[in-house]
Amino acid sequence: MRTDQTRVRALLAALAALVLTLGVAACGSSGDSTTSGSTESSGESGSIIFNPQNKKVTLTIGSKNFPEQEILGEIYAQALAAAGYKVKTALNLGSETVALKALKSGQISGYPEYASTALTSFFGFEPEEVPSGAKAAKEKAYAEFVKEGLVTFEPTLFASANAVGTTKETAEKYGLKTISDLEGVSEKLSLYGSPECRQRIDCLAGLEKLYGLKFKSFTPVDIGLRYTVLEKGQADLSILFTTDPQLSAESDKFVILEDDKHVFPAGNVIFLTKRKTAWEAGSGLEQTIQWVQKGLTLKVMQELDARVELEKETPKEAAKAYLESGGYISS
Amino acid sequence: MISPVLFAAGGEVGGDFFRERTSDTLPCQAQTDQPFCFDWARENIDRFGTPTVQHLELVVISVMIGFALAFALALLAHRNTWLRTPLLAATGILYTIPSIAFFFLLLPVTGIGKDTAIVALAAYTLQIIYRNTMLGLENVPSSAKEAARGMGYTDRQILWRVELPLAVPEIVAGLRVAIVSTVAIATLAVFIGGGGLGTQIYGGGNLTFPTSVFIALAIVVLMAMAFHIALLVAQRFLTPWRKARVA
Amino acid sequence: MTASLPPIASFTGAIEFIFSEQTSNVTGGKKVGGFEQAVELTLKQLEVTALALALALVVALPLGLYLGHRGRGEVVLVGLANAGRALPELALIALVAALIGIGLVPVTIALAVLGIPPIVSNAYVGVRQVDPAAVDAARGMGMSEMAIIRKVELPLAISTVMGGVRSATIAIVATATIAPLAGVVTLGDFIINASIYGEDGRLAGAILVALLALFLEGALALLQRRLTSDGLKVKTA
Repeated sequence: MRTDQTRVRALLAALAALVLTLGVAACGSSGDSTTSGSTESSGESGSIIFNPQNKKVTLTIGSKNFPEQEILGEIYAQALAAAGYKVKTALNLGSETVALKALKSGQISGYPEYASTALTSFFGFEPEEVPSGAKAAKEKAYAEFVKEGLVTFEPTLFASANAVGTTKETAEKYGLKTISDLEGVSEKLSLYGSPECRQRIDCLAGLEKLYGLKFKSFTPVDIGLRYTVLEKGQADLSILFTTDPQLSAESDKFVILEDDKHVFPAGNVIFLTKRKTAWEAGSGLEQTIQWVQKGLTLKVMQELDARVELEKETPKEAAKAYLESGGYISS
Repeated sequence: MISPVLFAAGGEVGGDFFRERTSDTLPCQAQTDQPFCFDWARENIDRFGTPTVQHLELVVISVMIGFALAFALALLAHRNTWLRTPLLAATGILYTIPSIAFFFLLLPVTGIGKDTAIVALAAYTLQIIYRNTMLGLENVPSSAKEAARGMGYTDRQILWRVELPLAVPEIVAGLRVAIVSTVAIATLAVFIGGGGLGTQIYGGGNLTFPTSVFIALAIVVLMAMAFHIALLVAQRFLTPWRKARVA
Repeated sequence: MTASLPPIASFTGAIEFIFSEQTSNVTGGKKVGGFEQAVELTLKQLEVTALALALALVVALPLGLYLGHRGRGEVVLVGLANAGRALPELALIALVAALIGIGLVPVTIALAVLGIPPIVSNAYVGVRQVDPAAVDAARGMGMSEMAIIRKVELPLAISTVMGGVRSATIAIVATATIAPLAGVVTLGDFIINASIYGEDGRLAGAILVALLALFLEGALALLQRRLTSDGLKVKTA
C-alpha cells in the first residue's frame, strides 16, 4: 500500500537520479566545441608569436576520420589559434573525398592530406607513379591541385602508409616477410579492413590488381578494431598503418609485411587549402603550419598516435602536449 | 599582411615526451579485451559533461515539441472523429521509420546538425503521445461527462475541466514512455552531427573502447530512469484523487 | 559556396543509385550501388531481422505466456519493458562488436535481446487480460495447464501478443540498420559508409530502410488482423 512516505521516497529517488545526471553534466561541461584562440596566455613565451592582425581571419580546420588525422587537425588548429587566428574545427569529416568536398564548398578552410592519397585518389595516378621523395610527391600533387585553385604547403617529416599486418605466429607459420610471400597462401587467409578498403587501390583493390592476390574472405570492420581482430584470432590478416603505435609497443605480437611491389605508397602530410584562403589569411597561415610541423618526426607521430589510440587521450590533449613540449605554445 | 613568426631554433619535443610502452605494461584502456577501466573512467569523466548537456537538450526540446504537436492533434481528433484513423496512421509511419534513416531523409531539407535530430526525435514521439492522449480521453466515463453537462458545462469546459484531468494518467504515461525512448534514441544524433552522448559511443575511436561506451550507456540509463521516476511522481501528484490501488 | 541541391534533385539522385550502379567515390574504379547490391543488403537486413525475431520469440513468448498464466512476475516484466526502451541500440552494437565479436551470430543475439522485452511483456499482459471465465471453463473441461495456455489463452491474447511482436520488429529493424558497425552488412552500410557510396547512396539507403521498416510493419499489422478472431476484433482509435 503506497503511503505518503513512499511518495516522498520516490521523489527523493527521482531527485537523486536527476542530480547525478546533472552532476556529470556540470562536472565537465565547457563550451569547448571550438578551439577559439586562447589569446590570453599563448604566444608570450611560446615560439609561435601572437599577431593581433590575424584576429580578423576565421579559419575552420578539418580532418579525416581517424586518430592521426584528428591529432594533426588539432595541432594545426591550436597553433593557428596561438598565432591569433579565430579558429574552429570540423574534425572527423570522413574519407578524403568528403574532406575535399568540404574544402571546395567552403565548409572548411583547410585540412591535412597525404600526398600519396591525393595523387592516387584525386588525380588517378597509379601507386608506382607516386614519387618516393617527400618533396617530389608534394610538387606533383601541388601541380595538380593548383589547377583547381588549391595550394599545398611543405610536407611533414613523417610519412604514413597502409600496410598488411598479421600476428607473429601467422607470419612464422607461413613464412611471410613480404606481401609477395602471400602468393599461394592468401587463399587460405581471411583479410579484415575498413569498409572502403575493398574499393581502394591503396588497399584490397590494389592487393588484388597489382599483387594478384585472392583472399579467402574480406570482412569490413571499423578501423578501431584492426588489432582486436588479429588478437582475437578472427582475422589472419588486417590492414594496419605504418605509424600505428601498436607496432612498436606490441612489437612482439604484430608484424607488417613488406610492401615489395610499392603498392602502398607512403605519404607525407601536406596541408591543403584554397589559394584564396591562403591569400586572405596572410603569410601567417603558411608560416605557422610549417613551423609547427617541424617537430613531427615519425617517432613523435607514433607517440601522439599512441596517446590517443592506446591511452585514449583526446586528440586535443595530445596536440596540446606536443605543442607545449616543443615550445610552440607556453604551458 | 605580414605576420611575423619567430624562426628561432627549436620545435623539437623534449626527451621526456616519449613514454615507455611494452606489451605487458600497457594501461587498461590500451588493451583490447578490457570491458571497463576504472582509472581511466575516474580521470576522464569530465569528457562526458558537454555531451550529457547536449543530450539533455536534444531530449527535452524534442519531447516538448512532440508533446505539443501530438496533444494538439489528439484534441483535434477528439472533436473530429474522421481524423482519428489517418492521424494514427500518419504518426505510426513516423514511429516505424528507423530514426537513423529519418535523419538522412530530412537531410536534404534541414541539413546536418541538431535541428534535424530534433525534428526526427520529435516525430518519433508523436504516435505514443497521440495514442495515449486519445485513449485517456476515450476512457473518461460518460457518467462524468453527463454530470458535467447536467451542471451546464459547455463542450469546451467539459474538455478542459473534466475529460483532460481524468485523462492525465494516460497522457503522462504516454509522455513517460516517449521521454524514455527519446533518451535512448538521441544517442543516434551523432550520425547527423547533432552531438549528444552518442559521440562517446561512436565518435573518434570510442566504438571500440568499451569503457567509454559503458559510461555513456550508464548516463543514458540514469537519465531515462530519472525522467521515468520524475514523471511517475508527477503523475501521482497530478491525480491525488487516484490513490494507488492496494498492491 | 555551392548551394546545396534542392531536395528534389537529391531524391532523384538517390533513386538512380538504387537502380543503376555508380562509380565509387573512392578509387579503385569499382562500381557501387545498383539494384543487385540494394537487393543484397536488403536481404541481409531481412535475414538478421528474421533470425533475431525468431530467437526472441522462442525465448520470450513461452516465458511471457507462462508468467501471464500464473500471474507472476509483473513487476519484473514491467521493469524489463521499461529497461528495454531505455537501452540505446548504438551502445549495444558497439559493446557486442568490441567485447563479444563481430558477425551474424553476435549481432543476432544482440538484436534478439532488444526484441525480448516487448514480446514478453505483451504476452504477459495479453494473457492477464483473458477472461478468467474462459480459463475456468477450460479447466472444468479437464484441459491441462499447457493446453489451456496454447488453446485458450494464446488465441485470445493474440492481438496483444502481435502488438509486442510489432514493437520488437521495429526495434530490431532499426538496430539492424547499424549492424554494419558489427560486421553484418545491411542497408545501413549505405548510410554509415557514405564515403564509399556518396550522398546519393546515403539517401538511397535511408529510403530503402524506411520502406523496409514500413513494409514489415504493414505485413505484421495484416497478420495481426488475420490472427485475431472476428469475435475479438477491438476497434482501435
